[in-house]
Amino acid sequence: MKKCDGLVEAGRRQFLRTAGFSVAGVAAATVMPTPAKAATATARVAYPSSRLANLTELKLDDPVNVAYPDNDSPGILLKLGVKVEGGVGPDGDVVAYSVLCPHKGYPLAYNQSDRTLSCPGHYSRFDVEKAGQEIWGHATQNLAQFVLRVDAKGDIYAEGVDELIYGRLSNVL
Amino acid sequence: MTFKRQVDRLPIIPADAVEHNVTCHYCIVGCGYKAYTWDINRQGGTDPKQNKFGVNLAQQQGAETVAWYAPSMYNIVKSDGRDVHLVIKPDVDCAVNSGLGSVRGARMAENHTSQARNTQQQRLTDPMVWRYGEMQPTSWDDALDLVARVTAAVIDEQGEDGLFVSMFDHGGSAGGYENTWGTGKLYFGAMKVKNVRIHNRPAYNSEVHATRDMGVGELNNCYEDAELADTIMVVGANPLEAQTNYFLNHWIPNLRGTSLDKKKAEFPGEPVEQGRIVIVDPRRTPTVAACEAEAGTDRVLHLALEPGTDLVLFNGLLTYIADKGWIDKEFIQNHTVVATASGPQLIARPGAAVPEKDHELTDFTAALAANRTSLADCAKITGLKEADIVKAAEWIASPKAGNKRRRTMIGYEKGLIWGNDNYRTNGALVNIALATGNIGRPGGGVVRLGGHQEGYVRPSDAHVGRPAAYVDKLLIEGRGGVHHIWACDHYKTTLNAMRFKQVYKKRTDMVKDAMNTVPWGDRAAMVAAIMTAIRQGGLFSVDTDIIPTQIGQASHVWLPAAISGEMNLTSMNGERRMRLTQRYMDPPGQAMPDCLIAARLANALERVFRDAGKPGYADQFKGFDWKTEEDAFVDGYTKNANGGQFVSYERLKAMGNNGFHEPAVAFKDGKIVGTKRLYADGKFSTKDGKAKFLAAPWRGWAAPGKADQKAKYAYLINNGRTNIVWQNAFMDQDNDFVMGRMPYPIIEMHPDDMKDLEVSAGDLVEVYNDAGATQAMAYPTPTARRKQTFMLFGFPKGVEGNVVNAGVNELIIPDYKHNWANIRKIASAPAAARGLSFKSTEYKV
Repeated sequence: MKKCDGLVEAGRRQFLRTAGFSVAGVAAATVMPTPAKAATATARVAYPSSRLANLTELKLDDPVNVAYPDNDSPGILLKLGVKVEGGVGPDGDVVAYSVLCPHKGYPLAYNQSDRTLSCPGHYSRFDVEKAGQEIWGHATQNLAQFVLRVDAKGDIYAEGVDELIYGRLSNVL
Repeated sequence: MTFKRQVDRLPIIPADAVEHNVTCHYCIVGCGYKAYTWDINRQGGTDPKQNKFGVNLAQQQGAETVAWYAPSMYNIVKSDGRDVHLVIKPDVDCAVNSGLGSVRGARMAENHTSQARNTQQQRLTDPMVWRYGEMQPTSWDDALDLVARVTAAVIDEQGEDGLFVSMFDHGGSAGGYENTWGTGKLYFGAMKVKNVRIHNRPAYNSEVHATRDMGVGELNNCYEDAELADTIMVVGANPLEAQTNYFLNHWIPNLRGTSLDKKKAEFPGEPVEQGRIVIVDPRRTPTVAACEAEAGTDRVLHLALEPGTDLVLFNGLLTYIADKGWIDKEFIQNHTVVATASGPQLIARPGAAVPEKDHELTDFTAALAANRTSLADCAKITGLKEADIVKAAEWIASPKAGNKRRRTMIGYEKGLIWGNDNYRTNGALVNIALATGNIGRPGGGVVRLGGHQEGYVRPSDAHVGRPAAYVDKLLIEGRGGVHHIWACDHYKTTLNAMRFKQVYKKRTDMVKDAMNTVPWGDRAAMVAAIMTAIRQGGLFSVDTDIIPTQIGQASHVWLPAAISGEMNLTSMNGERRMRLTQRYMDPPGQAMPDCLIAARLANALERVFRDAGKPGYADQFKGFDWKTEEDAFVDGYTKNANGGQFVSYERLKAMGNNGFHEPAVAFKDGKIVGTKRLYADGKFSTKDGKAKFLAAPWRGWAAPGKADQKAKYAYLINNGRTNIVWQNAFMDQDNDFVMGRMPYPIIEMHPDDMKDLEVSAGDLVEVYNDAGATQAMAYPTPTARRKQTFMLFGFPKGVEGNVVNAGVNELIIPDYKHNWANIRKIASAPAAARGLSFKSTEYKV
């Protein structure tokens, strides 16, 4: 399991490396003036609209690393060549998922041969052709899928997430 | 469609939330969790000072963080009548699971009743009775009065043998020391009920008589032994799915080689290396794939033997090991019975069918002679290669460098227990452990891996006898007048289930029809009408459970029980680790702990018998004046369990989620002192402390009807658990995440078999044979062997027990695993199955 431990370590390092951005974000938030009246909270978190890529940049079965809703939440963007649940684009085949395993947060690895994401930590598996359905595993939820929109220019935007992302108690920090 | 919760944030646990110790109430492993509750109107914040973790929650947390919980770990429940937030998350400080949560246990919070969040609304909230042609709520006094009067009337006419009882004997939810004692004191103390059975089998008996008769209690090692063993041998078990975090947290480190430092520290001067594993199972399980991914295929030996031939393999291994001289002669000489000058030791075992002929417990030499199996015969019958049998023997017993003994841990579960010739197969496996001296020493043990947790303390069951009554058969034959059920669902978890359901429905319908003729308020007329129906072959059925069960559809009274966390509950896990789950929320409605339901029923029976002018018999029901579950614990565990005098709720609370290994031997320096391994002193559970071997020659299929069925039908219907579902899905049937993945029970089939049958993924198929018929959803499985299927056991929408025939192994142990049937398509994939993924469940590097 040395190989996989290495992968996990890489994941941990990534968390440490990117943590600084979040701290800066929090610091910025705290200097905002306190409103006299509390704003009405929304029922769901307000998601940013983030451009992930353009359709022309996607190759069949070649995952593109993305991050959403912020840099600390890694994901992948995929063109599958078949219409799938949650798929966008002219062929309904473009999807994006969080790649943090919702069991213990290990980075998932994409397996092109059967179009699955697998976790080296404890063997959980998710189907990217079925909205991130857990094929087998320990996570108590299916994989968080990023809600996508494609504009007239072919730019792909992420605009929401359908499950809680591992490691954060609010999808937007 | 894949189920998504659309939950994008969760309330944060405030720093001052109340923390409770929780042991997962599902499987044998008993992972430690912490439950946090806090008032509905409060919440923590992202600032380290504002949350329980003391960390900045405005930042992404890393892998394995303690500062995250999934939506399934959250709920809003009642505590002392008020709405509170509840989070139940894995405890990183628990030695059992070190913070890991399984797909079952990590849904405990979501699987509690919440009016606010609409979860588990199936739970029973009131006693329910058959009134005006349907189940209607009533008071405890009213329901218990009817149960007591009918029970007393049946006992008057038929004696205590007219009272049939199905009751849990395990730990965890629907069990635990409090509740096994409460029910046990009623049926084995106040009464001596003989027609009694356990939740998963049709009699009141051990699943592992042989190992016990040999003097080896079945839970004799500790989980750390899986980290210390040179080799793990596992038989008929699938620990990744059925004992998940025991496997992940204790077996995997050994197979990865990350427990080497622990081995070096424990065994100075002894060569140690990364562990090996021998897996005996006809099926390639997800466990096999995970072991290969971690240890590499050269350290994993999967012996996919011909189903039902395990006994031959064990005898072959014993023979080879003995002939090579790899046995532990000193251990055998000092700790097992030895032949005397007058010949071999021949010890009749209790309850043998033919006592004068069954001299099966014996000494090593006699057992070896009886069991001797050549490599060639072993290979021929098991279908294995001779080289693989030799390799297994080497991994199990060949001496290490410096002639140090190899440390081998042997684990087994339902593949053996619910397999062919249970008694002899169990004994033949224990023979290997005894012959190699692998019991009572670090890295050893020959153990059940377990299903539920344990939590057994009851008055003696000796009156039940051995073999015990085949209760389900007696019920089919029309015996008994009243049936008390405690958290058992025969409809899902018995054999010959189709026939059982036909007869049970008919008998209970007779009583329902009789009840429909009498106004509810006329109790004397009601009891008279019920008794008339019983005399005509009817059966009065009382079901104590947490939900309306399938057998409960036939019942006349439902009594609502509480689950772990709604009451304080103690249990022990597969290494005898005892913990207290603290009550952190209210039971729904009027539900009560089973022990208190049993006590109130005993009170009602005492009153009814006294009123009937039977003061002597009524007096037998004294001693049930418990007010709380702790009263039952003190009356039961403290006074009756081995070492119970050292154990109290207060002490267990202080011992936290790590508890202690039973039995307790002392209370010292504020701590309960336990017993890490049994038999470390070499004294076994026999009168003279010497263990016995078992003469267990091969005799083919032992349970009646198996050989005929095999000859007659095309497909093996092997069966068992799958990861996502706990037990018979009694709670999961109301869990959207589970039902979204498992709307119907799967049947794994080789794609070529599916092709032959013109069946596609997700199609519903009928599985049918001479015992009955059931349905399942086809799941293509390229790693399955042709004509060998695997079906989910005990699932509500397709009961596998329907195709298990009535034949049992000796001592009334079912062979659930070996069934043959034909298969045909019923319908193309229903809507619920169309959105499912049918990709391989196997992890590959």
